[in-house]
Amino acid sequence: MSNLDFVAEGKPADWVPLGETQTVVDPMEMFFKLPRKTEFITGSEAARESIRRMNVDVAIAYPITPQSETMQQAGYLYDEGYIKDFYRGEEEIGVMSACSGASRAGVRTLTATSGPGLMRGMEAISSWPGARVPIVLMDMCRVINTPLAIQPDNIEMSFMLNTGMLLLHAEDQQDFYDYPLVAAIVSEKVDVTLPCAVSVDGFFVTHARGQVSMTPKEYKLPPRDGWASAVPAMDNENPPARLSRDAPIQKSNFISYHMHSSWQQEVFAAVERSAKYFDKYLGGLIEIINPDAEEFLVASGAAVSQSREAVRQEGEAGRKVGMIKIKSIRPWPMRELVAALKNAKRIMVPEFNQAGWLHKELCSTLYGRTTGTMIGGPRVYGGMTMPTEMILEWLADARKKQL
Amino acid sequence: MSFETLRPSPALKEFLPIEYKDLVDHGPYGKNKKVSDMGKFKEIIEEHPMCAGCAMTLFIRLMYIGMPNPEHTIVVGTAGCGRLALSQASVPFVYGNYGDTNAVASGLKRGLDIRFPNQFKDIVVCAGDGGLVDIGFQGLMHSWFRHEKFATVLLDNEVYGNTGGQESGMTNKGKVLKMSPRGKKDDKMDMLGLAKVAKLDYIARLAPTNPARVARTIRRAILIAREFGATYVQAYTSCNIEYSIPTPDVMKDAFEIEKDRYGFEEIISDRAKEYLKDLEAKAKAAKKAKK
Ligand SMILES: Cc1ncc(C[n+]2csc(CCOP(=O)(O)OP(=O)(O)O)c2C)c(N)n1
Ligand code: SF4
Ligand SMILES: [Mg+2]
Repeated sequence: MSNLDFVAEGKPADWVPLGETQTVVDPMEMFFKLPRKTEFITGSEAARESIRRMNVDVAIAYPITPQSETMQQAGYLYDEGYIKDFYRGEEEIGVMSACSGASRAGVRTLTATSGPGLMRGMEAISSWPGARVPIVLMDMCRVINTPLAIQPDNIEMSFMLNTGMLLLHAEDQQDFYDYPLVAAIVSEKVDVTLPCAVSVDGFFVTHARGQVSMTPKEYKLPPRDGWASAVPAMDNENPPARLSRDAPIQKSNFISYHMHSSWQQEVFAAVERSAKYFDKYLGGLIEIINPDAEEFLVASGAAVSQSREAVRQEGEAGRKVGMIKIKSIRPWPMRELVAALKNAKRIMVPEFNQAGWLHKELCSTLYGRTTGTMIGGPRVYGGMTMPTEMILEWLADARKKQL
Repeated sequence: MSFETLRPSPALKEFLPIEYKDLVDHGPYGKNKKVSDMGKFKEIIEEHPMCAGCAMTLFIRLMYIGMPNPEHTIVVGTAGCGRLALSQASVPFVYGNYGDTNAVASGLKRGLDIRFPNQFKDIVVCAGDGGLVDIGFQGLMHSWFRHEKFATVLLDNEVYGNTGGQESGMTNKGKVLKMSPRGKKDDKMDMLGLAKVAKLDYIARLAPTNPARVARTIRRAILIAREFGATYVQAYTSCNIEYSIPTPDVMKDAFEIEKDRYGFEEIISDRAKEYLKDLEAKAKAAKKAKK
């Protein structure tokens, strides 16, 4: 008898989990060398194919639109044997807490949520980085209530900015296939050991189809190495001392402020250390179009696709507009952005949220480092779409007003 | 495996602190120590910053002695007085957010089963009445109904001790405490009743009046959880500070409360009884073979 017997529960005796038939490949091989085939699929389907290749040990789910489709697909992947353990948790605090437990055991852990679910799980999520638990969190953005709505809006990402979470923002279905795989690998690097959220704008990407080029499903990422992490797993495989992982922090009634501040410093230093890995696996933290332009659109997520089209149409009209896609929000590509925008005369930041969190991030980075004008917008929220014309109009308006 | 990892190489040993050497040479790992051995071996918990005379510390000390395999055990706790002692023990201790214990333990146990397919890793949730029955109620219930394979030990001091004496779901009706200025309006929550509804294989309620019984109860809860899933132990661990029990009278109070209302109750499912019998028989046979 083995503790793993539950994996095959209810299956015939000769059942082979399909995950066991996959071949492990080096991440660089998977990301850049294996042949790829393109399919026209939804973002949720792209997420499923990503999870299939992620070599997930434990996936814990709780339904919420527009995420549900992905985690129920994860359920089917578990049934087929691509994931070792899967269950529907009690609600998001329970799910996010259980994820921290699973990751503390040293196994690869996955969950996904959206807007209100992220908010409900936030107490647990915000304590993941301090607990140094690698976890992949797929975040399909939607409006945060109230009034009740389920439409796309990425305001929820702003709540993760200062937690110590790694945070990627997928533009389209292709990114939502690629980024979670990268997230799994980077979050488990010993000098990182942090959770990573991959956000995507709900519905626009999750429920719409796009071209996704994928490696053969016969290949998967290497498993998590539970012995390699910045802090040891909670497995009682380390010599006992009268302190546990948390004990330097919880040694007496209250922790020493010195200990807590250095622990926090280390978490945020680990975020910075992750940049070199994302740079390698994502082919850069940012993507630049027309680097020598004077006008720039700077965006992340679905706003990038709209910006691309605006850049194309401006090009047709004979005007060269530059564009920067920010792939990684945390680590924040400060150096890359400063270098790319130092000669820009006008920087416009289209966003899918009311607060303009990306604009604020960019302003604090570029303050005193550019003479260009920062324009916060256009912005849509509450479920609105952002027609390309809107960006073009804002550009025309800014030119007219000589902003 | 763990027991081996804790044994230092002979060359290194002399440089290790005496505390550590004592744990290796005279600790309970892999040795199955009993309550009657107390004073003759290095215990998993010795020092703690809890109030003098607190019954909870005695219970926690006995809980560690009851663990069948401390070298493969992880304790999951939360905010509350108990964690002050739990975090000083030489068994790893997970401390997350207040009330998250049973969700964390669910993930932890499942993860460890995957990583160590051939080694039982015992998880014990040990937390207060506020932590488990109030803020952690949902996680507690769902871990029971999912029959997650770990033991839950409730340190029932019938009050929020660590935040200075507020009433909890486990406080008795009528009791005047902070936040129940006119006396608590509702009954003490019937957690044993809920455990029965969830059909747990092992349910026990006790006071720390009989040390050997505490250790045996914990041992059974852990062994049965390994095999059949969620088990529950509810222990009266008085808060002498908030209930104004003079320190020398703490044990007297425990005996009185046990006699008056707390009692000792142990509910074991048939299959768990069979399993315990089987284990006992095996242990006896092994002892005989040794002789
Ligand atoms: C989310 C959250 N809410 C509230 C608290 C404050 N808090 C810390 S300990 C505690 C009371 C503990 O009572 P109990 O769980 O019964 O344990 P005891 O101290 O009585 O052993 C509370 C309310 C907290 N730490 N976190
Ligand atoms: S406050 Fe009460 S429960 Fe907490 S340590 Fe003191 S006596 Fe024990
Ligand atoms: Mg209490």
